[in-house]
This record gives sequence, structure tokens and C-alpha cells, in this order.
Amino acid sequence: MQGAGHRVAVTGYGVVAPCGIGKQNFWKGLLGPGIVGAKTIEIADWDPQPFFANPKEARRADRVEQFALAAASEAFATSGDLPYERSRIGSIFGTGIGGLRTLEEQVITRVEKGERRVSPFLVPMMMANACGAAISMRYVLQGPAETICTACAAATHAIGYAARLVAWGRCDAVVTGGAESAATITAVAGFANMTALSSSGCSKPFDVARDGFVFGEGAAVFVLERYDLALARGATILAEVLGAASNADAHHITAPSPGGVGAMACMQQALDDAGLTVRDIKQINAHGTSTPLNDRAESEAVATLFGTPTPPVTSIKGVTGHPLGAAGALEAAAVLLSFEHELIPPTANTAKLGEDIACDIVYGAPRKWSPGPTISNNFGFGGHNGSLILTPVN
Amino acid sequence: MSQDLFERFTKCAVSMLSVDASKVTPEARFKEDLDADSLDLVEFVMELESEFGIEVPEQELEGITTVGQAFDLIKAKAK
Repeated sequence: MQGAGHRVAVTGYGVVAPCGIGKQNFWKGLLGPGIVGAKTIEIADWDPQPFFANPKEARRADRVEQFALAAASEAFATSGDLPYERSRIGSIFGTGIGGLRTLEEQVITRVEKGERRVSPFLVPMMMANACGAAISMRYVLQGPAETICTACAAATHAIGYAARLVAWGRCDAVVTGGAESAATITAVAGFANMTALSSSGCSKPFDVARDGFVFGEGAAVFVLERYDLALARGATILAEVLGAASNADAHHITAPSPGGVGAMACMQQALDDAGLTVRDIKQINAHGTSTPLNDRAESEAVATLFGTPTPPVTSIKGVTGHPLGAAGALEAAAVLLSFEHELIPPTANTAKLGEDIACDIVYGAPRKWSPGPTISNNFGFGGHNGSLILTPVN
Repeated sequence: MSQDLFERFTKCAVSMLSVDASKVTPEARFKEDLDADSLDLVEFVMELESEFGIEVPEQELEGITTVGQAFDLIKAKAK
């Protein structure tokens, strides 16, 4: 089971989010105003049609799969065609839930109209692996096609595992990322009743008055390739995946472990995987959900591991809300854009840091920086932690 | 009457199967000419049931491969 130790290049990515469709629109959104007065933030006027052959095909993909295929389309437009054996290209995808909208609609149909009216497409549309399977089919990727469902850590785990498959030498390229679109009436009620959602309808990570997250949606897809093969085919290398880690709190189904010890161990493992020390990290893209418990635990973990002052820490969730299993994908895209634009986007809506926050949070305005190794964290219900380290290339 | 029924039938085929109305002819074969697989047909029949207020048990669909055959089945029930 020894790996081959290949370097892993990012050669393409695409983004679909409420603040912008397409990576440059997404970037403008990240520098724009945060969400106020909303329990959910959804993509307005979404039209799946440009990404499908006909209306029938679009109708048979749940909204979450539509997002995934739209983001994949932009990712492949950036990377260009992958000239590898199809059996050596994988599709490793992340989602927290899958096609929940379809399930909820069909439950209503079943109750109102009876079992005979339940769509024959319910199962292929709601299954959590539908996004990754759709990408594998559309682009004829015949390597491993697996879906990771570790709640809000899903996309970070997927990208980490995808990079691992390339590093190990099992795949020459892997298409990866995450998608979510699950803000159904029932799901919103569930999150609200567990008091995870912001009662003020404002996502303000690390703020003294933070009171929960705003439920988001979206997708981002990445093309990862063996670095040497990408160079050989003349691809533009956008970034390198230096390391990744995955561990578990084994503590509580929803609450983080006290002091953020699980998160801290995860970040340390990612640093070890990358062969870096804490001093090498130049930005931290936080999970930063805007819930009192998450932000405190993450801040403690970062401050303890990195010492103070910490590297600059930002959370994009003031703008994106929390898109559950897609969070790590949107955040990896934000990191790549922060390399390109040499700016760290601010933590939107945050005006006064909580007394329990000991990190150098970027808020108020974007911060200029010299791009360097960046760690992105995500934590999921179930005690799942994921960290990913990306670095720009010269 | 039959013309009107066929128009309604065609409308369902156009919307559920994403095909051009001109392709919905009695001779058209679902699989070969309209690119409809078995799940497409289940969904199409559900739409016809709803449009015409009828029920089409699964066993009656066996052996039906063309638009003409399907339309005859619907026409007989839609009275």
C-alpha cells in the first residue's frame, strides 16, 4: 500500500454559488456585502438548461446535481481535455446530503396523490452519489468514482482523497469537489429547531454577536492531475495540493471537542503530510460557520497550534452562508482566487470579534498578502474534521 | 375527437420525452426513434394517466413499442 509520492497539480476549477456563478463572479461576490435578514441563501433564477442536452435531461438531475455539472463544465473548460487512459481518471465527490429536494417533493406527491405517482427517477435523483456519478458518466471517467458524505467536511475530505489517489499513483487525474442544495422546508426546520441557524438571519463568523449559520447552497469542482503529467501536456498549473488530513473527534454528534483538540490534531496532520511547519502557513481559510461553539473551538485550535499572532484567518460564510457538504469546495475555490488576486477576502458582516476569539481574523476590508501555503478547514456533524493545504505555483 | 386526443397525447410526449412534435407519429418507435428508455416510458405513462384521468396497469404496457400502439391503448380508456 505504499504511495508513489507524486506531486498534485490543480489545473482547473469551476464554481456555482449564490454570490456568483463562475469563479470570477464568485470572487466579486466574496468581496461584496454579507448576508443579512435571511435564514437561507439560494442561487436566484437558476437556469440549468445551458448545462444539459435537453429539458428532459435537466429535469432528471436534482438541483444539487445540476450545480455539480455546471461547476464541472467550467472546471473542464479551464483544464482542457485530459489525455489519459479513462481508467486512470477518477471522480471523487463530496456532499452532505444529496438530492433532498427530490425526496421531499416526492414524499409530498406520495402523500397527496398516492404511491403510483412517485417518480421512477426518485432514487437516481436523491441518491447521495448522483453528482459524482453524473460527472463520471458525462466525462467518461472510468477510474474510482466514489462519494464521501461526512456532512460539512465532505468536500474537503473528497479533495484530500482525490489528491491522495494521484499522489499514490492510482490515478493520473481526479475530478473532485462538492455540491449541496438541501434547504428544503423540512431541513430548514430541522436545523432551526436544533438552534444551529442564525436567529437574526445574519452570518457573522467570529463576531461577538454571532448566533448561528445561514443555510447556503452551491458547488465547486476541481481537476487534479499528476504534476509532471500536467506540465508535460502543457497545462496551466493553478496551484498545488501539498497536504491533507482527516480525523474524528469521537466526542459528540454535533458539538466540537472542547478546546478544538480534534481540529488541532487534524491541522497538525495536514502540516506533517505537507512537510511544513506552522510558520510556513500564510493564510487560514476557516470553517467559521458563525455558530458560537464552532467558531470558539476553531479559534482555540488555531491559536494553540499556531501561537499568537496567528496567520491571517478568514471565513467566507458571511457571504456564502453554510452550504454544508459543499463548504470545503467553495472555500478551496476562494483560496485559489486569493492566490490569483493576491487578496484575502474579508469575513463579511463581522464588526467586533468575540472575546473568545484569539485569531488574526481578516474583516472589514480585504487584506493584501504575498500568496503562500494556505490551510482550509472544515468540520462536520459526527465529529469529522478535514484540513487541506494548497499553495500557489510560481 | 381522435385528433384532439392525439394532440393531447403529443403534448405529453413533447414535454416528458423532450422530442419535437413532428417526431411523434404513429409509426415512431419509443426506443429507436424517440430515445426513450424504460424509465422514460414509466414517467410518460404517468403523465398520460394524469392528462386523461385514466389508469394504465403495467401489464397492459407489455409489447407496446410504438406511439401508435400506445395511443390506441390510451384512446380506448379515455372514453
